[in-house]
Amino acid sequence: MAAVPGDISVTPPSGAMAARLAHRRSRIVREKAIELVLFLAAMVSVFTTAGIVYVLVKESVAFFQHVPLLDFLTDTQWTPLFDDAHFGIVVLLSGTLTSSLVALAIAIPLGTFIAIYLSEFAPFSVREVAKPFLELLGGVPTIIYGYFALLFITPILQWFYPELPGFNLLSAGIVMGIMIVPYVASISEDAMRAVPMSLREGSYAMGATRYQTAIKVVVPAAFSGIASAYILGISRAVGETMILAVAAGMQPNLTLNPLEPAATITAYIVQVALGDLPHGSVGYQTIFAAGLTLMLFTLACNVAGHMLRKAFRETY
Amino acid sequence: MSYARDLTAIRALIASHKRWDHVFALCGLAALMVGVLTFTALFADMAIDGIPRLNWEFLTNFPSRRPAQAGILSAWVGTCLVMLVTAFFAVPLGVATGIYLEEYAPKNWVTDIIEINITNLAGVPSIVYGLLALGLFVYQFGFGQSILSAGLTLALLILPVVIVATRESIRAIPQGIREGAYALGGTQWQVCRDHIIPYSSAGILTGVIIGMARAIGETAPVITIGALTFIAFLPPAPVGAEAPFISFDWVMSPFTVMPIQMFNWTSRPEAAFLQNAAAAGFILVLMTLAMNGLAIYLRYRIRRNIKW
Repeated sequence: MAAVPGDISVTPPSGAMAARLAHRRSRIVREKAIELVLFLAAMVSVFTTAGIVYVLVKESVAFFQHVPLLDFLTDTQWTPLFDDAHFGIVVLLSGTLTSSLVALAIAIPLGTFIAIYLSEFAPFSVREVAKPFLELLGGVPTIIYGYFALLFITPILQWFYPELPGFNLLSAGIVMGIMIVPYVASISEDAMRAVPMSLREGSYAMGATRYQTAIKVVVPAAFSGIASAYILGISRAVGETMILAVAAGMQPNLTLNPLEPAATITAYIVQVALGDLPHGSVGYQTIFAAGLTLMLFTLACNVAGHMLRKAFRETY
Repeated sequence: MSYARDLTAIRALIASHKRWDHVFALCGLAALMVGVLTFTALFADMAIDGIPRLNWEFLTNFPSRRPAQAGILSAWVGTCLVMLVTAFFAVPLGVATGIYLEEYAPKNWVTDIIEINITNLAGVPSIVYGLLALGLFVYQFGFGQSILSAGLTLALLILPVVIVATRESIRAIPQGIREGAYALGGTQWQVCRDHIIPYSSAGILTGVIIGMARAIGETAPVITIGALTFIAFLPPAPVGAEAPFISFDWVMSPFTVMPIQMFNWTSRPEAAFLQNAAAAGFILVLMTLAMNGLAIYLRYRIRRNIKW
């Protein structure tokens, strides 16, 4: 470029030089404007989080003016829409906890086995087919899984255990677990594949078998990644909605028995949203209080995952 | 003599260790098979129950109290329109965010906050987005229980997917391309517009398709904003016969979508409605499978064909 910025004040530019400077100035302005637009787009995600916190906290504060926090945490009944209203979140939490435990009991072993198999044992061709397949499995809408739990898994379970009610946490939890398997498997597998080859080679050189290498070298080395896969699985299970709304029934029920029907936090929100509660009523506010509980729970999971990753991070 | 005995002992030890290899590989394969079997059962279940119900009337009828006459016209039209709004917001926002974070963002605390935020948003349960939309879009902004509210909600929901896909495909572009363009006097935006965006577009498309497939199947957030389950009319047509020919009345119209229609039928006791649910579910599964399959295929093609 002919125009040197330092010269501008010394000789007033004229003619072609002035035009070039003007062009350059407009170019700089345009560049800055574009950068600002892109920055604002990036801030949308921050505004989204702020919006979530604002909405949940605002409506929950209004809710807790009607219902003392102590009652919310200690009451053992959840009957927000009755005349004799009780707001014991423990009831909904028990449903969420039970179904999540069933789901994790399925998803963690299956997901871990699949991940170790795909990363350490499977031939290339199997992996090439299995990875996309798992992705497809993870892409099936949850309402479909709900239908499947209610009309396929529940009848099969009833065949083994005839007293099982049509709505129950067990079949919803099992299907939820299978839904989570792809997430757990693919994240754990990524973590295991990130373990440097030299570690495996060292292990093989010492005479270890594949199994010994996988269990004693690769899994410990990839543990931080595997742990975050589990954490992600937990937060998926806790936040899952439609499978439970369809297959677990929407009756609030304080139980840890997966053979019973029960409502979860998420199923309750759906149930209320299906009816038409007036905006601003206590019933309307309960779903935000329930949502806030859910949000805090997943936040705790994320923080725990972050700390686990930090504590177990291996550096090579 | 003792040497030979040691050798057989060692061989037995090795054999028993190797046996564990096989046992474990079989376990892994079995776990994988559980996934395959479930998927097959799910697909077959939908197909067997649903296919007999699939015909032209099913696609062109409104929902009805009589299961044999009920159809999914309002549901699939609603899904298409909501997806239009979702893509309209999610794609530009997601791509712009991806470009900003990869090409423009300085290394400071603001950038850190944006990055942490996106990671966290990806883990927020979808129903919480529904609550956000109910409090903010439906009541605070006054959009009501409209296609616009639903489209915006789903756009925010899939934003992290689009952002992550954009960033990954931008990161795969070698630094030399940027340096070459800058050396020729290109400004930052010119480099992005003429090089970064075109070269990453296939990867971005993959992410957009995966995100849209997820949005099509999302039920909970759309129910939460109060989408109705029984809609026996279509939103106003976007193209009219009179001037100004294009109208945007449809974005404020009440609506229903495919998964909600399916949920509604699933929660009824009559077997005939369950059959309708299976038919709607079959179409929904086919749609999401086709979209995800397309995305996987595209990604495979990109990996094979691009050699920098």
